[in-house]
Amino acid sequence: MVDTRVTLSGITLDNPVIPASGTFGYGYEFAELYDINCLGSLSCKGTTRAPRFGNPTPRIAEASAGLLNAVGLQNPGVDQVIAQELPRLRQVFHKPMMANVSGFSIDEYAETCALLDREDQVGWLEVNISCPNVHGGGMAFGSDPQAAAAVTRAVKAVTKKPVYMKLSPNVTDIAAVARACEDAGADGVSLINTLLAMRIDLKRRKPLLANETGGLSGPALLPLAVRMVYQVYQAVDIPIIGMGGVSSAEDVLELMLAGATAVEVGAANLVDPFACRDIVAALPRTMEQYGIHSLREIIGGAHYG
Amino acid sequence: MTQGLYRVEYNRQLIPGVWELCLSGDTAAVTAPGQFCNIRLEGFFLRRPLSICDWDAQSLTLIYKVVGRGTAALSAVEPGQDLDLLCGLGNGFDVSKCGRRTLVIGGGAGTPPMYGLAKALLAAGKAPAAILGFNKKEEIFCEEKFRALGIPTTVATVDGSCGVKGFVTDALPADYDYFCACGPLPMLRAVYDAAPTSGLLSFEERMGCGFGACMGCSCRTKYGHKRICKDGPVLEKEEIIW
Repeated sequence: MVDTRVTLSGITLDNPVIPASGTFGYGYEFAELYDINCLGSLSCKGTTRAPRFGNPTPRIAEASAGLLNAVGLQNPGVDQVIAQELPRLRQVFHKPMMANVSGFSIDEYAETCALLDREDQVGWLEVNISCPNVHGGGMAFGSDPQAAAAVTRAVKAVTKKPVYMKLSPNVTDIAAVARACEDAGADGVSLINTLLAMRIDLKRRKPLLANETGGLSGPALLPLAVRMVYQVYQAVDIPIIGMGGVSSAEDVLELMLAGATAVEVGAANLVDPFACRDIVAALPRTMEQYGIHSLREIIGGAHYG
Repeated sequence: MTQGLYRVEYNRQLIPGVWELCLSGDTAAVTAPGQFCNIRLEGFFLRRPLSICDWDAQSLTLIYKVVGRGTAALSAVEPGQDLDLLCGLGNGFDVSKCGRRTLVIGGGAGTPPMYGLAKALLAAGKAPAAILGFNKKEEIFCEEKFRALGIPTTVATVDGSCGVKGFVTDALPADYDYFCACGPLPMLRAVYDAAPTSGLLSFEERMGCGFGACMGCSCRTKYGHKRICKDGPVLEKEEIIW
């Protein structure tokens, strides 16, 4: 028997597989298809203080090994999330979940996190300072170590839940941003968010997305994510949630060897709604294949020996 | 919604650029005309959403226009091949909302799902009529399928090369009590403006997942934000915000 359990800030997960924010809604579309309690946890759709419709369409464009999205943080706002989405999720998911929070000001981040802090089913706060699809917020905070630290401090001041800062790959030195978050009290970091990208429609000679730019996700990102997780692991002592193009149990192991304690799966959910379930199911035999008895033993394994 | 492998029975060209694909497999998730399936194609990351033209207990018929590389690749699939589909997506047309004399309006590539709707209306004991709009005579397809149902069928062509000259709105009869439409956005808008009755309109949007997870295809309606893939593609006339 292999041991797939991992621990994130004192909460033990049955396995490290977590659907990434924005690719899993609030879980119930997937709960209609399979028992989502097989997952380690899930990260809900990014939540802001006020309701948001998001960007105009088209919001989606294809890439050769992934897709671009410019959804722009569509969500019903934190009050509605607490009143309706979390109770609905509770019916189908019985483990601690990760509440993903976005904002346009430091105060807004803190206000939303303070409201979610009261919710029992929230195990961790994942604070998104890396959304490339909104203006005047999101990635602006994740691009600068000082701004990232300021958001971290403001959020830590209003919650007892573990705080994971979700970092952007659209920076010169992601390790510096991770270190700034750690120094400001972050309990962990999650990375990477999407890469800022663009497609142009040859017929219209215009950007394909109404927002012009979007975030690239999908298998194309995996090597980049592995590199960044590896670098951040060398820079900080707090746990890392790794993500970026994960679509198989092998990809999970690769990110864990780079330094991730848990792994989020994003774009794969959109093309294969059973992707997370299948990765969870494949983990034990894949571990056996590589002689891994306990997943905990391999975290950061590529750095040693 | 179900996910599964569907065997290609045939994949044939109806007219240049328009293909009819027949698949066999589990169709239990198809509950209403106007629903769609999302097809995985080798070499493409995103699936391709295509409306269901017709279905029975074991088979699906899809009629699609080749508009890009994905649909071009689909036109090359051969009988005997298996395709990975998400099937029975979207809300489809609610036949119970339709009047006895419902007008079924299809424009170009939006025509195929209206055939399944016309069949369902007949099965529900209603007396639909069809109006099909195309650019020109050479681009007409599906007309004979509608005629074979024995329902009044009017064709309109923009250049007047066949049937009524003009748009589908130039061919609207006087006596109908409801309408259902699928076609390009300008056509939907024109029908919305011209029809005095209530109706249902089926929309198209670029999609990420096709089953409500990614919020890639959201639109604003008078009833709140809706996802074209999950809460649509069919919207009520009364809720639409243009």
